[in-house]
Parts: sequence; structure tokens; C-alpha cells
Amino acid sequence: MERPYAAFGAVASPGRACYGRHMSTWPPDSTAPRSTWFLSGAGAAFSLPGLILISSFVGFAALAKDAGVTATQAAFMTGTVWALPSMVVLVGAVASGTALPAAMFAVTLSAIRLMPMVMALVPEMRTGKTRQHVLYLLSHFVAVTSWVLAMERLKRVPPSMRTTYYAGVGGTLVTTNIIVVTVVYAVADALPSAVSAALLMLTPMYFLTSLWGSARERVGHVAMVLGLVLGPLFHILLPRIDLLAAGLVGGMVAYGWHLWRRKA
Amino acid sequence: MSYLSNGAWWWPYLFILLAGFAATDVWRFLGVYLGGKLSEDSDLLVLVRTMATALVAAVIGNLIVFPGGALAHTPLALRIVAVALGFVAYLASGKRMVVGIATAELLLLAGLYLNF
Repeated sequence: MERPYAAFGAVASPGRACYGRHMSTWPPDSTAPRSTWFLSGAGAAFSLPGLILISSFVGFAALAKDAGVTATQAAFMTGTVWALPSMVVLVGAVASGTALPAAMFAVTLSAIRLMPMVMALVPEMRTGKTRQHVLYLLSHFVAVTSWVLAMERLKRVPPSMRTTYYAGVGGTLVTTNIIVVTVVYAVADALPSAVSAALLMLTPMYFLTSLWGSARERVGHVAMVLGLVLGPLFHILLPRIDLLAAGLVGGMVAYGWHLWRRKA
Repeated sequence: MSYLSNGAWWWPYLFILLAGFAATDVWRFLGVYLGGKLSEDSDLLVLVRTMATALVAAVIGNLIVFPGGALAHTPLALRIVAVALGFVAYLASGKRMVVGIATAELLLLAGLYLNF
């Protein structure tokens, strides 16, 4: 893991500017202090994936407001849950008057995908000296956008600075989007209805494209298509447990397809 | 026991902590704990991923077919056409999310202003 970074640093130091794909200081000098790496991570939060995420939080705020969640509660939800799919499931449970245990079960199921993501990220960040509680704290920042950014860029950060860099990425994304949610609540009532409709369309389009792009195997695409169809179908047939049913049935059918294809 | 059923100011926050924070961070913490111990392509993880993917896809499907707020007043056919063509644009552009999202949004707005 150290070798590609070291090679990159050696090549980059004489003429760093020509490597400035994102900004002229990326990656910072390998001898740069910790604060520089934190700020560099914070800057990564304003890259294209970061901006797309901001627009989906605009959509989320519109959704939450519509469900009867207050601005403070939505800001609290953004900081404590920090996974847009789970937050949308939670707001869906709020809107349909789901009882706490059922809401908890649905959100738990929607968040399972975070576990393999964290499992893939931890080896990238851990060095011999990394303290375990730092990793537990940083794992709260793991969600699709920060994970994609980290997996793409951590390789070019010196191993001892990776936790700092990721704290910069995650902390900035969370803080920025808490502000975004609060601002949208303040202005939402003044928007024309076509604009509100367009905002509510952002979330499904963001998930549709990001989920398709992040699927590692073909079976992920199969599961996605099944879920898209089963969700609305079970919404009519089993309105109280539609998401759970679609997840369990769609997931198991896709998994069966996966096993069948591997045998064939 | 639902989010809006109890008038106490703290109830929604407790609801978010239990059904939101605890329900998501349990998986993040478990991921740190298991990091490196379980293989990424183990069969159990494949099943876990397909169920989670299908569930989130179900959320997407419901947001398009049974939306809330201002989107609920738009025609279903317009929403489905906008999303489908947006997705085609996403694939055709080499999986560029911006292209897909912008296409769907422009089609939706065009449809609304032309009164489809």
C-alpha cells in the first residue's frame, strides 16, 4: 500500500502543479502537517460527488418537510443517521405512521449495506498505530459519497494521515449538509410547485444512478430491478411492510439467480 | 408508537436515535469490528447485499410511483418517462450521474410547463 504513494510523491514534488487534477495542492507535499491533510479532505467534499450529494439533501429536506418532520429534527437526523437511503426509509416510516419497532427493523435492513463498505474501508485507513476508537468514530461518516471519495483518493494520502484526511472529508460533508437541510426548510414554502416537484425527484434519481453504479456484481443489478418493481407492488398488496417484503423477497430471488448462474 | 403520535418534544428525537442512529451505526461498528475478518465475496455478504439493494430499490420505486408533496400532483406517466429516459441518458453517457439526473429533471419540468 505504501509503495504507490511513495512513488507518486517522488514524481510529484518537482512539478506538483501539473498533477493538480482537482486543485494545485492535491496531493499535498508528503511532509505537510496534519492540518493540511484535514483541509485537503475538507476540499474533497466539494468535488462533483459532493455537489450531487448536496442536491440530494435538498431533495431530502423537501421530503422530510412534507412528512411533518421539523427543521431541527431533520438537522438532527442528518447528523445522527447520515445515510440518505436509511433517512429516506425513516421519513417514509414517519409519513405512513409506522410504529417504532417496524420503523427500526426497516431502517436496520436498509443500512446493512454500510457494513461491507466499512469493512472495505478500514484496511485502507488502519496502520499499526491507529487507535480502535478513532476507527469507530470515523465509521459514522461512512455513506455512499464519502466512501466513493475515500476509496478513490486514500491511496494517494500517506498512511499515517489517512484517518485525518477522512475526518476532513466526512466532517465537512456532514456539516455542509446539515446547513443545506436547514436552509431548504427556510425557503421551501416560497418555491413554485413545479420546482418543489423537481426537488422531490432528485432523491430517486440520485439513488437510481448511484446504486446502479456502485453495484459490484451483476446480481446487484438484478436485485435493483426486482426491488424497483416489487416496492410499488407490495405497497398495494402489503402496505405496512412493503419495503421489508420487497427487500427480503427481491434479495432472495436475486441471490437464487446468482447461485443458479454460478452452477450453470 | 409512531413518530407523530406522541406530543412530547423529545419523542421524535428518541425515535430518530433508536430507529435511525442505532439502526445504522450498528452496521458501521460491526464493519469496523469485522474489518478484514470476513471475505468481501463470502456468500453471506452477497445475500446481505442483494437484500439491502432490493430494499433501497423498493424505496426508489415507491418515491416514483407513490410520491408525496408537489410531486404527487404530477402525472404518473410523466414521472416514469422522465426517470426512464434519465436513466438511459445516464447509461449512454458512460454512467455519468449528472447527465442522468439533469435529463430526468429537465423532462419533468418541460412536461409540467407544457401541461402534459
